[in-house]
Amino acid sequence: MMNQSNNNTSGIDFTALLKESGIASLVALGLAIVLVGFKTVDTPTGMDIATRWVWVLVAVASVFVGRMLFAFRRESKASRAPVHVDLEAKEKRSAIIVNRFSTIGGPIFIGFALVLPFMPFADRYVVDVATYVLIYVMLGWGLNIVVGLAGLLDLGYVAFYAVGAYSYALFAAYFDLSFWVCLPLAGLCAAGFGVLLGFPVLRLRGDYLAIVTLGFGEIIRVILLNWYEFTGGPDGLSGIPRPSFFGLELKRTASDGSQTFAQFFNLDYSTMHRLIFLYYLILILALLTNFFTIRIRKMPIGRAWEALREDEIACRSLGINPTNTKLTAFALGAMFAGFAGSFFATRQAFISPESFTFIESAVILAIVVLGGMGSQVGVAIAAVLLIGGTELFRGLEEFRMLAFGGLMVAIMVWKPRGLLAHREPTIKLHPDGAPPPMKQAATEGGVK
Amino acid sequence: MKKVSTTPPELVIPSGADPLLTVEHLTMRFGGLVAIDDVSFSAGKGEITAIIGPNGAGKTTLFNCITGFYTPTVGRLTLTARGEEYLLERMDGFRIAQKAHVARTFQNIRLFSEMSVLENLIVAQHNELMRASGFTVTGLFGFGGYRKKEKEAAELARYWLDKVNLTHLADINAGNLPYGDQRRLEIARAMCIKPTILCLDEPAAGLNPKESSELNKLLIYIKDEHDIGLLLIEHDMSVVMEISDHVVVLDYGSKISDGTPLYVRSDPNVIRAYLGEDEDEELPPEVAADIAKDFDPENREGV
Repeated sequence: MMNQSNNNTSGIDFTALLKESGIASLVALGLAIVLVGFKTVDTPTGMDIATRWVWVLVAVASVFVGRMLFAFRRESKASRAPVHVDLEAKEKRSAIIVNRFSTIGGPIFIGFALVLPFMPFADRYVVDVATYVLIYVMLGWGLNIVVGLAGLLDLGYVAFYAVGAYSYALFAAYFDLSFWVCLPLAGLCAAGFGVLLGFPVLRLRGDYLAIVTLGFGEIIRVILLNWYEFTGGPDGLSGIPRPSFFGLELKRTASDGSQTFAQFFNLDYSTMHRLIFLYYLILILALLTNFFTIRIRKMPIGRAWEALREDEIACRSLGINPTNTKLTAFALGAMFAGFAGSFFATRQAFISPESFTFIESAVILAIVVLGGMGSQVGVAIAAVLLIGGTELFRGLEEFRMLAFGGLMVAIMVWKPRGLLAHREPTIKLHPDGAPPPMKQAATEGGVK
Repeated sequence: MKKVSTTPPELVIPSGADPLLTVEHLTMRFGGLVAIDDVSFSAGKGEITAIIGPNGAGKTTLFNCITGFYTPTVGRLTLTARGEEYLLERMDGFRIAQKAHVARTFQNIRLFSEMSVLENLIVAQHNELMRASGFTVTGLFGFGGYRKKEKEAAELARYWLDKVNLTHLADINAGNLPYGDQRRLEIARAMCIKPTILCLDEPAAGLNPKESSELNKLLIYIKDEHDIGLLLIEHDMSVVMEISDHVVVLDYGSKISDGTPLYVRSDPNVIRAYLGEDEDEELPPEVAADIAKDFDPENREGV
């Protein structure tokens, strides 16, 4: 087959291709011997090393063939005459696709999310995973305000999530407040911490901002870990109360003076009730985040965030207060993380600092970046892919992270600016398409 | 590197008696470097004041002091407009645009390139819209006439888009516009803050002669119809000589000449600054002729 293609396509140097593939497979050999060639096995007398040369062979061969195909494709592309690509038309087409996706895809997603718990396949596991995915959808939408709109790279977003979770747990433990009172309080606390973080980093941008926010995320985690008397340290906080449904408890037996959900509606008690209730709760919270973001993008503050992302100096020259603008972005982004955090606490009924490590921030940021910064539907799809995907790949055991990484690389190669990167203007002068350009310069008409 | 502080004998600037912006003893030092050294001048309303000088003369630094990007080391900047007096050197950068309505453009264009042309102009009206939206609170729920105010903002934007001939491109991203359009859009955006004085940092840089002459018309239109002051940094002498009412010449941070274009054109200090220091050396006649031609709007090529 290779000889045939050699004859057909002129101008491809096959010795160079072979050499390139050979070098790549040598590298693969070096890695494969150590990584997959040896395995420790338990024997009755202790431990032994088993060799798996076939695996090494498979790895090297697949790298060789893969590299060959990759290089062949590249070379044959280069040897062909350059093709004229109409970039503008291509951009327009992708804009139309993205628009259709957002206008039609959005309601379809929401509709699907609404009926999901009543689908025949929706067992306990599916609803639980869907709830988990929705937490990340909400976190992604919250972080999207800070990173996607305001352009402030925040690597410590999980800190606000932690603040929200611990605020609820602590308010409930110390003051015996219910979930519905604590939810706004947790949001306020997180927003307060957002402002607290915002002040020292007002003058920072890009990489420097990322480092400081990363540090802030760690500070919160370390405090939670070490303030044993208050937060329970590594033991965490347990017995966090569950939310009630308009005063109806979702338990098997009601506490004194109240009714359970099942009693009130004359249903047989099922643990699914609580799961479905939690699912709808996070769905409502996530949709609230979404509608808020869509709406605030059309407000002056939302436009100022985006302008700040584009050019801070130009913003100052137009009289926009950069301090207030940045702080509101931090505060509002943090507030939604706080809501999500208190939901997380009430769902798990147990929280510990282990749930709020840096990797969580990284995953949320990955969701925003892969989804396409600023795109609401894109972020939701990315959350489903990344969080739902890792659940799907659970069968792969230790290779799960490999699949996760592979998925991320694939998205970035295929769509370097995120899944749905097209941005629609928040206000249009010609909603039905632009009129033809005027021939005469208008300035000439204006001047006598 | 000598300082020439001769006061020109005659200053026939149209509105010299009633200045809009007064700059007094402005000095700006960066460590040991004196970027601006004791510069005083004034700019009038309804007047184009050009600031010229060789590269590194401190023109952009002067702009940055006026628009609040730098706090001057010494000096006073007074803006008298709309019945108020603002001391610009004491105000925060963004407040100068917010309260005193000093607008500016940049030498290297600074548009919000991922936002649409119209959005660029709407963002410029941020403070008014912010108030109309009840600082987002009432606007978020659709109360308080925000929608009406936004429509008005779009109307103002449309007015300026018509003036700079970009109306048909209003909904595309500003970053996708050609260079000349971006320059004009930046001026339109600055006008959307309803300025008292408009500071333009090399607006004609990179424009072809036709675009440059359209720009001249636009600037004269703004000056005449909107009755604001214009402050202009420009290297293109043909533009300066044709449209400005008042020229201030800087060299090595000091003011070396100040007066009408006609006066400045014949000021020996200015000619020396542009051609070199050596006083003993006579100019070669062809160079002198070239310079004279350059400074004369009549002999300009291209338009």
